[in-house]
Amino acid sequence: MRFERREDVSVTALLVAPFAAVLVALVLCAGLIAMAGVSPLTAYAGMLKGAFGSRLAVTETLTRASPLILTGLAAAVAFRARLWNIGGEGQFYLGALTATALGHATVTALPVPLAWATLALAGMAAGALLLLIPALLRLKFGVDEVVTTLLLNFITLLFVGLMVETVLKDPMAFGWPQSVPVAAGLRLPDLVPRSRLHIGLILAVVVVLIVWLVQSRTVFGAETRAAGLNPRAAAFAGVPITATLVKVAILSGALAGLAGVIEVLGPVGYVTTTMSPGFGYAGIVVAMLAALHPLGVVAASVFVATIFVGADAMSRATGVPSFIADVIMAVALLAMLVALLFTTYRVRR
Amino acid sequence: MTAPVLELDGITKRFGALTANDDVSLTLAKGEVLALLGENGAGKTTLMNILFGHYAADAGEVRVKGKPLPPGKPRAAIAAGVGMVHQHFTLAGNLTVLENITIGSEPLWRLTTDRDSAAKKIARLSETFGLPVDPGARIADLSVGERQRVEILKALYRDAEVLILDEPTAVLARPEAEQLFRTLRGMALGGLSIIFISHKLHEVMSASDRVTVLRGGRVVAERRTADTNPAELAELMVGRAVSRPVRQAHEAGGPVLVAKGLQARGSGTPLDGIDFEVREGEILGIVGVSGNGQAMLGRVLSGLTRPHAGTLTYRGQDITHLTPRDAVRMGLGRIPEDRHAEGIVGDLSVWENAVLERIRDFASRGFVRRKAAQEHAADLIRRFDIRGATPATRTRLLSGGNMQKLILGRNLAAGPRFLLANQPTRGLDEGAIAAVHRELLQARAEGAAILLISEDLDEAVGLSDRVQAIVKGRLSAPVPAERADARKLGLMMAGVWDHADAV
Repeated sequence: MRFERREDVSVTALLVAPFAAVLVALVLCAGLIAMAGVSPLTAYAGMLKGAFGSRLAVTETLTRASPLILTGLAAAVAFRARLWNIGGEGQFYLGALTATALGHATVTALPVPLAWATLALAGMAAGALLLLIPALLRLKFGVDEVVTTLLLNFITLLFVGLMVETVLKDPMAFGWPQSVPVAAGLRLPDLVPRSRLHIGLILAVVVVLIVWLVQSRTVFGAETRAAGLNPRAAAFAGVPITATLVKVAILSGALAGLAGVIEVLGPVGYVTTTMSPGFGYAGIVVAMLAALHPLGVVAASVFVATIFVGADAMSRATGVPSFIADVIMAVALLAMLVALLFTTYRVRR
Repeated sequence: MTAPVLELDGITKRFGALTANDDVSLTLAKGEVLALLGENGAGKTTLMNILFGHYAADAGEVRVKGKPLPPGKPRAAIAAGVGMVHQHFTLAGNLTVLENITIGSEPLWRLTTDRDSAAKKIARLSETFGLPVDPGARIADLSVGERQRVEILKALYRDAEVLILDEPTAVLARPEAEQLFRTLRGMALGGLSIIFISHKLHEVMSASDRVTVLRGGRVVAERRTADTNPAELAELMVGRAVSRPVRQAHEAGGPVLVAKGLQARGSGTPLDGIDFEVREGEILGIVGVSGNGQAMLGRVLSGLTRPHAGTLTYRGQDITHLTPRDAVRMGLGRIPEDRHAEGIVGDLSVWENAVLERIRDFASRGFVRRKAAQEHAADLIRRFDIRGATPATRTRLLSGGNMQKLILGRNLAAGPRFLLANQPTRGLDEGAIAAVHRELLQARAEGAAILLISEDLDEAVGLSDRVQAIVKGRLSAPVPAERADARKLGLMMAGVWDHADAV
């Protein structure tokens, strides 16, 4: 068996790849579900029902998808420029922490829209700064950003833990490691009444559209793509590689930070060290399933949210551990990488 | 003729709609040097990749000493005694010569390497075949010619009896190439059978016993080298008569680009204080053996490396600290040495590559004016006869010659006052070379000052008004092309020059 490079990558193949990858992941995981003693069809039906079976289920799934859209977009933007930002989780937490710290008291004097803007900007700046450190280390000293961004996640999470146990500790939380809440007036309005779904979803989709426009239509977008695809040729053509990557790092970190801000101002209202079920890491899966395309990120986020929300419901109904969601995610990511290989190479006997 | 050591029988290979090889058959006798001649895209490399097992043929069979090779299995090809030296080397830069040669030929589960006997075998091979290398040297520290020797030794180390060389001289300067062919000749006398792929007629004429000409994936002719001549081969290869354009004498104007005592360092050979002057409407040729500072000179004039001493003046303006953007803005055109690595972004479309250098001219308020940019690209495609391209084509899909026309076009369309042409025809076929030469001479006629860096002496002398040799980062005094005969150039490139000749 041999791989031969295809003459050209067809758009159809790129569109089919994520669906094929998801299908393969579901088929492979069916074996695991069967080992747990449940019919895979029953389990998957349970997941679908859990994610879309009721008004509440649908709003829960979309609530879960909102931050994923932004963390997925953060990863997609960085990966396009070959900046391997694995630190979405840390940037998410730092954004959330910043929004909480300022949103508890500092900005409450401002009119609400202005306060929101301040919190969003502050959270985005925090996320951007956190990614700038590894980005600059890579550009100046060639330090591998996969390692540094990944390790910064743990450092950031420990820092958040320190904050919620000390200066930001909520005295009313009966000793739970939980931060003070943001001012009630600053919470984002609901999109659907009597649900946790808030206007953060709309905001995330708007951000996706803006990023798509920037990537496909602006000088910055063109230079970013050139720098990602062939840095030497881009430099030869006069694209400032360092400045471009710094801008990409700022954008990517800011997007992940914004996800944290919206999660705090939306459904959660305060910071804990367990507020993210791995939004940053799942964002990587989202970006890959989306083949790094901004619009694909929205669809991939809904899919990932479906698996997570659906798996919880399915687990309650059938007893299959909800960890199956993580397994499906991981297998889908691997299957997607293989599928992407097949879009550029064909197999010969 | 003795029994063939190698037979290709009715090989057919299709890539989608493209038929790369169409019922190709050829044979190779023991001790024979066969040249496989053809233009880029004639199917030479595909054929050799099938022979070596990188590709599986759709039809046909490869037989080594009468025994069919299983298709698509390089290991089987190696075991049968077929060795391949690729055009782009497959060596690990951070390993030593010895490690690169032995890698893959030892069982995986063995924890130790038998260095002594490997070193002995390598020494014996390099002695027998005249391939001197230091087994302990790191690949990254070797010149291109030395790396090629390592590739050949690697094949010989695995007891190859049939050696395939894919465009072996594409990366070599003339003297290195001549040395290589002497070596190959010696190896053939020693009983090895050799196929080399080429599109250079003089090589084929001087180094082969027999020539097989491929065109459009088919064998169009087979000749004994002694019974043919370059003109016949050229016509067989291209399918029609082609001729390179000839430079017309004309008066050069004032100096456009002047370098004084330029020094620069970085990777590769540094520049050690060079002086030159390129005048309006003149081509200044820089000749030399590869690795003597051409790359660094190209980097400095492209704005990629800052000289640390000396000055560079463009039309009276100091541009010592040039950046790529300055170069584009000020009308300094640049054709990079390696078009794949520096000239184009293969996965972007033709129109994006056409405007990437001056994308801000094709933008308003940060948004790319796609329509204007695409029209500009369409215009370049028409004016410079870039075949197989539309503005939306992925640039990677263009042939080398058409890629080069795109790079030339985006530089020449702006009417540059200066043009750096760094190895502008390396790896191109006859038709494309003639097209590139025509464009360069046209730009010269329109008054551009052109600095041509070339390892192809025929090209350098044919196009240039004056020639300077680059040796170990220093430049000889310029001599007029008319006085640059082979002997003089040979001396200049060896570092022997005297200033009395200067013009």
